[in-house]
Amino acid sequence: MRRGTYTRGEFLGLGVAGAVILAGCGGGQGGSKGGGTTTLNALFMQQAAYSSDNVNSMTKAFEKQNPGIKVNPTFVAYEALHDKIITAAPAGSYDVVLMDVIWPAEFATKKIVAKTTGRIPPGERGKILGGALQAVSYKGNYYGFPWILDTKYFYYNEDMLRRAGIKRAPATWDEVVATAKAVKSKGIIKYPLVWSWAQAEALICDYTQLLGAFGGRFFDGSGNPAFNTGGGLAALKFMKMTLDEGLTNPSSITSIEDDVRKVVSQGQAAMALNWTYMFALANDPKQSRVAGKIRIAHTPRGPGGAPGVNGSMGLAITRGSQNQDAAWRYIQFIASQKIQDRYAKLSLPVWKSSYDEKQVIDALPQVVPVAKKQLNNMILRPQVASYNDFSHELQVQIQLALKGKKSPEQALDDAARATASILKSS
Amino acid sequence: MGVVQTKEARPAVPRGGGPWRRLFSREGPTAVVLLLPSLIVVFGIIIYPLLKTLYTSFFAVDSAFPGHYPFVGLGNYAHVLRTGEFWDAVGHTAYFTVLTTFLEVFFGLLIGLLLNTDLKGRWLFRSIVILPWALPTIVNGAMWRWIFNADYGALNALLTQLHIISHYKAWLGDPWTALNMVAVADIWKNTPLAAFFILAALQTIPGDLYEAARVDGAGRLRSFFSITLPLLMPTIVIILVLRTMEAFKVFDIIYVMTGGGPANGTETVAYYTYVEAFSNQLFGEGAALAYIIAIFILFFAIIYMRMLQRGEVEY
Amino acid sequence: MRDSLGYRVFIHAAAVVVAVAVLAPFAWLLISSIAAPADLLSRPLHWIPAHPSLSRYENVLFNPQNGSAATFRAGMRNSAIVAASSVAISLGVGIFGAYAFAQLRFRFRRAILLLFLSTYMLPPIALVISLYLTMARLHLLDTRLGLILVYCSFITPFVLWIMSGYFQSIPKELEDAARIDGCTRIGALFRVILPLARSGILATALFGFLLAWDEFLYALIFTSSLNSKTIPVAIAEFTGRHTVNFGMQATGGILASLPPLAIAFVFQRYLVGGLASGAVKG
Repeated sequence: MRRGTYTRGEFLGLGVAGAVILAGCGGGQGGSKGGGTTTLNALFMQQAAYSSDNVNSMTKAFEKQNPGIKVNPTFVAYEALHDKIITAAPAGSYDVVLMDVIWPAEFATKKIVAKTTGRIPPGERGKILGGALQAVSYKGNYYGFPWILDTKYFYYNEDMLRRAGIKRAPATWDEVVATAKAVKSKGIIKYPLVWSWAQAEALICDYTQLLGAFGGRFFDGSGNPAFNTGGGLAALKFMKMTLDEGLTNPSSITSIEDDVRKVVSQGQAAMALNWTYMFALANDPKQSRVAGKIRIAHTPRGPGGAPGVNGSMGLAITRGSQNQDAAWRYIQFIASQKIQDRYAKLSLPVWKSSYDEKQVIDALPQVVPVAKKQLNNMILRPQVASYNDFSHELQVQIQLALKGKKSPEQALDDAARATASILKSS
Repeated sequence: MGVVQTKEARPAVPRGGGPWRRLFSREGPTAVVLLLPSLIVVFGIIIYPLLKTLYTSFFAVDSAFPGHYPFVGLGNYAHVLRTGEFWDAVGHTAYFTVLTTFLEVFFGLLIGLLLNTDLKGRWLFRSIVILPWALPTIVNGAMWRWIFNADYGALNALLTQLHIISHYKAWLGDPWTALNMVAVADIWKNTPLAAFFILAALQTIPGDLYEAARVDGAGRLRSFFSITLPLLMPTIVIILVLRTMEAFKVFDIIYVMTGGGPANGTETVAYYTYVEAFSNQLFGEGAALAYIIAIFILFFAIIYMRMLQRGEVEY
Repeated sequence: MRDSLGYRVFIHAAAVVVAVAVLAPFAWLLISSIAAPADLLSRPLHWIPAHPSLSRYENVLFNPQNGSAATFRAGMRNSAIVAASSVAISLGVGIFGAYAFAQLRFRFRRAILLLFLSTYMLPPIALVISLYLTMARLHLLDTRLGLILVYCSFITPFVLWIMSGYFQSIPKELEDAARIDGCTRIGALFRVILPLARSGILATALFGFLLAWDEFLYALIFTSSLNSKTIPVAIAEFTGRHTVNFGMQATGGILASLPPLAIAFVFQRYLVGGLASGAVKG
C-alpha cells in the first residue's frame, strides 16, 4: 500500500475532480495519530447474536481500559461484508474486519489481511477449539483471531417422530431416511425433510456436511478435485434420492437457512439441518407453532463419520492498517473468554474451557452439551484462494443435478473440470 | 415559479427539421457556456473511474490494490466472449430486456392515456399508480420474493384458494419460470415511470389539434393514431432507451430476489460482472465485461435514435 | 368534449383494473408489516391478520434501543438530503444544457448528448472500485456530499436528455415571439419555455429524485455509518447473517415510499392540468 503517492494518471484525475470539490470537507478516514490517541475503524455485520448494541458496549468497555485508543465500529449486512472489505482494502479504510471461514485463503493470497501467527502464543492455541482456529488459518499461518463459532446441527420435531413411532433422534443418515419414510407414510407430513438448497453458499454448507458424512473429500492428496467420486458423489445422489422419493420438500431448491427455519417452525417439516440460531427461534411461541417440540442433536453419521460444516468467523487486521498493534489489542479484548462467556447466550464462545462453565451451560442448557461434541467434529469447506468462483460453479452444477437436467455424475464431473481450471488459472 | 405566462396562443405543431440542418457557428460558443456546468458535474468526479476502468480492462488485474499487472491487450475481452456462462447471461439479459421494456412501454402508454382522461377521483388514481415507482427496488425484490415463496407465498395461497392450482409451486425454483417472475416484479415497479412520462408528454399536445381533427370528423381512434401517437414518439423512444439501459444493467432486483439462481437461470450480464469482479476478484475481466455491456447498450441506443430520425422529430 | 356513457364506463372500469393490479402486492406488503410473524406463515393463508399491531412501526420510528431502527431513521434523513440536493444540482445545471441541446445548432450536438448518456451505460459495479479510491483520497467516503456528487453525475445526463426532449416539443414560434418582444435567450428560457415545460420538469425532477432515493450499490459501498447511510442500505440491514426479517423490510419499504409519494402528491396538480392558462392547452 503506497499511501500519499499518486501516479501521474491518478493525479490528473484528481485534479479534474478537485476542481469541482471544495477542499476541506469530508469524514475522517484512517487512523489519526494526533494528540496521542489512535483511532481504529472496525467493520462488523448486522446480526442478532453480537448485535450492533452488543459490539458497541464491548467497545465502550475496551475504550475505558485503553484511554489512548478510540474505536469506530461500523456494521453492514453479511451479504455486503466481503465486497466492502475488498473495496476498502486499497484505501485502508478499516483496521479490523470480520472474516468468514471461507475467506482467509482469498484474503491472505490477495494481501488484504495481516498475518497474526506470531501474535498468538502456542500455549494459547491449545485453549481454543480447533474448528474456531481453522476459521482464521491458511497454509499453516493465522490471519486474525476466531470470534464466532457455528456449525449446522440436526433439528427434529420430537412430536412428529413420536407419532410415527420413533422414540429417539436418528443417529445415521440411513435412519433419517427410514424415519422420513415412516413420517410420510403415516400421513403426518407430506415432506418430512427441508434443506437450504437455493443457489447460494447455504447449498454448499449442506453439501459439505453430507460429503463429510459419506466419507468424501473435496480434493485428493495432490490437490486435484475429488468430490466427483466416492463420498462427494454419494452425497449428491443422496440429495437427489430424497427429492425423488418425495421425502424432501421441493421448495428446498429456492430455500436459504431462514426459509428452512420458517418451514420447521410452522410444523411443515420433521427434520432439518440448521445453524445454532434456529433453536431459540423455533422454540419461541411468538415465532413458531411448534415451540417446545423442536430438539437439537448431533448431525447424523454416515460411512465417513458425522462432521458438522464449519461456519465460524474471525476478526482480522487489514494489511493497510497503520495501527496493527492497537487493532490486535481490540480484537483480543472482544474475543476474550471473559467477554465471550458473558454473551454466551447469543453466540457460543471459541474457548474450550467455556463449555464446562456454569455461566455458559446455564445460558443454553439444551444446546451446550450437543455443541461441546459437535464443535469438536467439524469439516471445512475448501480453503482455496478462488473459493467463491469454485463455490458458484459447484452450486450451479448441484442445482442442475437436483433439477434433473444432468445426472449427478455428469454434474460433478463438470464441476470438477471447471474447478481444475479455476485452480490452474489462479 | 414566478414566471410570466405568455398570452398569445398560436396553434403550432412541434418543430420538425431534417437531421442535416446547417450548423450555425455563432451558436457554438453559447452552447459551450450553457453545457459547461453539466460537463463539470458529470465528468468532474467520474472521468477518472471511467478511464481507470477502461485501462483496467486491458490488464490481468486480480486484486483491488493498485500495482503492476501483466498487460493482456484484448485478452480479457476475448476470454469473456469465449465463456459459455457469459453468453447464457447475455441470453437471459436480452430476453429480460426485450420483455420488460416492451411491456412497460405498452402498459405505460395505456395507463398514461388513462391518467389523462377526466376520471372521477383522478388525483387518487394518479397517486395509486405512482406507488410501485416509489417503493425502493430492494424492497420490491424482497416483496416479490416473498409473494412467490414456495411454502408461504401469497401467490400460491391466492391461486390455490381460487382453485386455479392444486398444490403450492416453487415459482422461483425453475430457471425459466424464475426469470419471468423477476420480469413481472420489474414490470410492476417500472410501468408507472413510463406512464408518467407519457402523461407529461400528453400535456404538451395542444388541445386545438384535437378540435381541428374533430371538425374534420375524425373519431377518437383516428385522432389517436394520426395526432397523439406521432407526437408521443419522442417520449416513447426516451422511455425505450431509458428502460433498455436499466434492464440491460439489471442488478439490484436479481441480487435480492434470486442471487442469479436457480442453476444460473436468472444470471444477467451485470450480475455476472458483479460475480466476476467482486466474488472472484477478476477486476480485469469485470472491467472488460462492463465495457462490453456499455457497447451493447450504446448499440441499442443508436438504433432507437435512428428509428426516431426516420420519424419527423429530430433529437 | 362530451363523452359518451359507454366511454366513461370503460375508462372507469379500466382504472379500477389498473388500481387493483397496483394495489394488490402493495396491500400484501402493508399486511406483512402489521401481522405477527406467525400469521404470515399460515397455510391456508389468512389474508386478514389475526393480531394486527403497529409495533414494527413504533420500533422503527421511536425505539432508541434498536441499532437498525436508528440506522433507518438516519437513512430517511440522509436519503432526503442526498436525493433533494442531487436533483436540485442536476436540474440547475441540466436545464441550461438541455436548452442548448434543444434550441441551439452546434457541431457534434448529438454526439455530445450521446457522450453524456454513455456515462450511464457502464454498470456501477465496474466503477465502484476506482471511484472508492477517488472518494477516499478526497475524504468523501461516508459523507452525504460524496454521494451527492456521485448521484449528480448520473442524474444530470437524464435531465439533459429528457428535458431537451420536452423543450423541443415547445413551438419555436413562442420563443421567437418572446425574442421579438426584447427577451434575451435566457429570458425567453425562463419566461416562455420553462413555464410551458413545467410538467416535463416535474416528471424529470421526480424521476431524478427516485433514482437517487433508490440507488443501492454505490450507497452500500460508500457509506458506513449513520453519517451517510441511505434508506436502501438501512433496509438491507434488517437481515442478519442467516435471518431475513421480511416484516421489518416491509415496514421500512412502506415508510421509505412515503416521501416520494408525498412529493408526487403535492406536485401532481402542477404535473398535470396546470397549463390551461398557458399557450398550450392540456
